[in-house]
Amino acid sequence: MLLTQIANQQFAQITAALVPSAGEGRGFYFPEINSILRWKDVVPGINKVIIIGILASLIGIVLFLVAAMKDGSKAPKGARNLAEVIVEFIEKNIIMETMGKSGLGWTPFLLCVFLFVYICNIPGIIPFIQMPATARMGVPMFMALLIWVVFNATGIKHQGALGYFKGVLFPPGVPKALYILVTPIELISTMVVRPFSLAVRLFANMLAGHLLLVIFALLSQALIQAETQRFFLVPVGILPFILLMFLTGFEILVAFLQAYIFTVLAAVYIGGATHPEH
Amino acid sequence: MEALTRIAHASIRVAAEATGEAYTAAEAKANAAAQMAGLAYGLAAIGPSIGIGMIFGKAIEAMARQPESAGMVRTTMFLGAAFTEALALIGFVAFILLKFA
Repeated sequence: MLLTQIANQQFAQITAALVPSAGEGRGFYFPEINSILRWKDVVPGINKVIIIGILASLIGIVLFLVAAMKDGSKAPKGARNLAEVIVEFIEKNIIMETMGKSGLGWTPFLLCVFLFVYICNIPGIIPFIQMPATARMGVPMFMALLIWVVFNATGIKHQGALGYFKGVLFPPGVPKALYILVTPIELISTMVVRPFSLAVRLFANMLAGHLLLVIFALLSQALIQAETQRFFLVPVGILPFILLMFLTGFEILVAFLQAYIFTVLAAVYIGGATHPEH
Repeated sequence: MEALTRIAHASIRVAAEATGEAYTAAEAKANAAAQMAGLAYGLAAIGPSIGIGMIFGKAIEAMARQPESAGMVRTTMFLGAAFTEALALIGFVAFILLKFA
């Protein structure tokens, strides 16, 4: 108990040193979550997140329109080159690995999903924008519901409503007595957990990355301000800045990886609904 | 869990007495929620961190043994990592809900 008391007194002193009292200009204090995530409306009903979302769809549309107008018989360059690289990536690394050759018809849909999610993610590290649109729950939730509707509709179209739900609820190869356990689990995991985890994975990854960048940016700012007053803080102030640069690079990777994983999971769900297990 | 909450309450009370500030019930609740939020995320991260380590370790082993299967292994590895990671991320969402909601 004495140890806890001492530790708590130490903690209180440290907090008192870090958090400025009224009238003192320096110190480290984290802003309210709303000031980081809830943007003011530019035009009533339209804020930064919505602008990023609209731009993301426009960039994709314009890129592929421009690419489609180029002459296809010549060696590709510029916009067409970029578009071909993306299409090839979707076909080779996502569809062929998960759905096989018969899934190639899904290329346009998965291409749209991948591009939209990726272009919504990447503003998280672009200076002066610095807000991934997918860090608000609305965007990933809508995408996940879209995937949910699409894979269920595909399953019903390919296997018929009865066959599809029979395949989902009563997976073949399970002893009959176990269906009491398996059926509710399968129902929840396919109909509830799939869209939920799809949305939460994207949302939480982007929000966590955004909060990390905010924390380290504020920390380096606070320590650099404090450097002018405490000599021993000079080398310490550089450390969070180095980590901030490293994390910014890491966020580029995360933005790509999350878009990739989102698309791969969508492809897996659609592929699973098209071809049932035997 | 109740014992932990009690400890959190007690520690906040001691800290509040040390700084000499008034300590209301609402503040106590908010502080306890904040501390529990950190604990919740910490606990949620233990299992998935081990799991993701195992997934990537085994995938690297498999790729080293059979480099020609690297593409397939990588896709499956990311799938497994995504499923495992989701558990930790649900913990992170619980953290946000406890801390800010």
